[in-house]
Amino acid sequence: MDPLFEMQDVEKHFGTVIALGGVNFSVSEGECHCLLGDNGAGKSTLIKTMSGVHAPTSGRLLMRGQEVRFEDPRQAISQGIATVYQDLAMIPLMSVSRNFFMGNEPIKRRFGFNLFDHERADKVTMDEMRKMGINLRGPHQAVGTLSGGERQTVAIARAVYFGAKVLILDEPTSALGVRQTANVLATVDRVRKNGIAVVFITHNVRHALAVGDRFTVLNRGKTLGTANKGEITPEELQDLMAGGQELVELESSLGGTV
Amino acid sequence: MSDSTQDERIKNISPLRQALVRPELGSIAGTIIVFLFFGFLAFDSGMFSPRGVLNWSTVSAQFMIIAVGACLLMIAGEFDLSVGSMIGFAGMMIAIFSVTLQWPVWTSICVTFVLCTALGALNGYIVIRTGLPSFIVTLAFLFILRGFTIFFPQLIERKTIIGGVSDAADGDWLASLFGGKVGEPVFVWLADLGLIDVFERGSRAGQPVVDGIPALILWAIGLVIFGHFVLTRTRFGNWIFASGGDAQAARYAGVPVNRVKILMFMFSAFCACVFATCQVMEFGSAGADRGLLKEFEAIIAVVIGGALLTGGYGSVIGAALGALIFGVVQQGLFFAGVESSLFRVFLGVLLLAAVILNTYIRRIITGEK
Repeated sequence: MDPLFEMQDVEKHFGTVIALGGVNFSVSEGECHCLLGDNGAGKSTLIKTMSGVHAPTSGRLLMRGQEVRFEDPRQAISQGIATVYQDLAMIPLMSVSRNFFMGNEPIKRRFGFNLFDHERADKVTMDEMRKMGINLRGPHQAVGTLSGGERQTVAIARAVYFGAKVLILDEPTSALGVRQTANVLATVDRVRKNGIAVVFITHNVRHALAVGDRFTVLNRGKTLGTANKGEITPEELQDLMAGGQELVELESSLGGTV
Repeated sequence: MSDSTQDERIKNISPLRQALVRPELGSIAGTIIVFLFFGFLAFDSGMFSPRGVLNWSTVSAQFMIIAVGACLLMIAGEFDLSVGSMIGFAGMMIAIFSVTLQWPVWTSICVTFVLCTALGALNGYIVIRTGLPSFIVTLAFLFILRGFTIFFPQLIERKTIIGGVSDAADGDWLASLFGGKVGEPVFVWLADLGLIDVFERGSRAGQPVVDGIPALILWAIGLVIFGHFVLTRTRFGNWIFASGGDAQAARYAGVPVNRVKILMFMFSAFCACVFATCQVMEFGSAGADRGLLKEFEAIIAVVIGGALLTGGYGSVIGAALGALIFGVVQQGLFFAGVESSLFRVFLGVLLLAAVILNTYIRRIITGEK
């Protein structure tokens, strides 16, 4: 299948620091492509380059085979590339429905004014949440009362509702407990089956293997290659992420539990 | 996945707890308590006669005007400590333009409004560009504007009060929008019916003691309705909440956070300017010390109204009730014959209680420990 979104030899330099030194990466419709990397591997920079926060220093971004350039995040969003950031997806003090439509508020015209259509917002929010398997007390429930996993799910549902074709998830499971993680992974699976291309960024190999179709490892700003599901073992992935040798020794002393 | 059914761990919450997370609740309760209190304490003092009502509602309206601006700005996550100085500055500019420079009063008012909102925008621009806390930036403007307010009249007229605005404003259409009264015939009619007392002696004998609603009160009501409408009914209102709740998350969702914040600084300055214009038209003069400490009174009214100091949560109606409590207590203690310095003690206690209550409510909403 032709990739929906592709990065070719993308580099990003900040002054004299080479944050990304050659990234090749692609994702197709209905595919979950996991991008693995340890802290400092360049994951954040890569996400920000994909989502239009940073322009790449060199290399190409392709959407459906056409080269694209994003000046700011809104352009990336209008092309269908949506990013769900780990901590910054939702505003806890605001209601679920206000969060869901933040920046995309539905409008109704009354007496010549453009008003926030609360009824529509509330209805859509409840419907979309039900589809994702979250039962809200009501659309006015504050996001602060939701669990971390539910917040991620609301953020994903929001991105999908507003037409995301490529969904970039920034460590959606790293701060979550076991059950919440399972919920988020189930959400990822559901979204992928709807034909959306998912880029799943994580440093947790087990979470990646649970939902990923392909796996790419990022280390020291470079992609080290891509493997299909079933072609690579968790141990190999772990090794690649950590850059090999040291972890082998460390792992043996920890009894293979990392 | 068992969570597609009703989650057994979601407890049913009591209506009280549900009501508690509404920002206005504290100030509604406070308003009722304050009125009951003075109803008992000062009922015979004339506090609830037409004249008394006019007295405390005018004072409350003054607080309300600046509280609306401070409220929306605080919900957007910023402070404006320059409100009081802005009031003094705006009043002085109107007086200098209209009396010293002999401009028509309506021109003076318009130019002052443009100047003040531009200064508000400058406040906001500096906060956004430098990333400094608005507390510090507007504190600087508190001194800068107050300094100019004292310097200009001394330079031009060698005094710190410029009078004669009333004469200049006589018959001016825009001045009457700020200094006039509304509904005189109604009040004359009410006096004829005997519902309002009339003056028995003096030059105004036969006229009702309350002869109209000051424009100031209408401005206050108008600004409260406008602020509440924008905040709760428009998409811009959602952006105000979002900008104050978490600016970075709002930016990622496509909210123009910088524009929202700068506009709110401008609105805060606009409200200060409305206050100043009403005051100058009422007194007929501008003084260099006008508006002293008003920024804190505005912030206190907003906090009593349930807004969080950290932004992202609050209500214009709450802030308006906060201002009402403020005005009723200040004037009520006067009517009740209580030593007026105790008002400050009361204010401090009320502020502390409100902040503690708000913090508690925040914990309920966000589930923080």
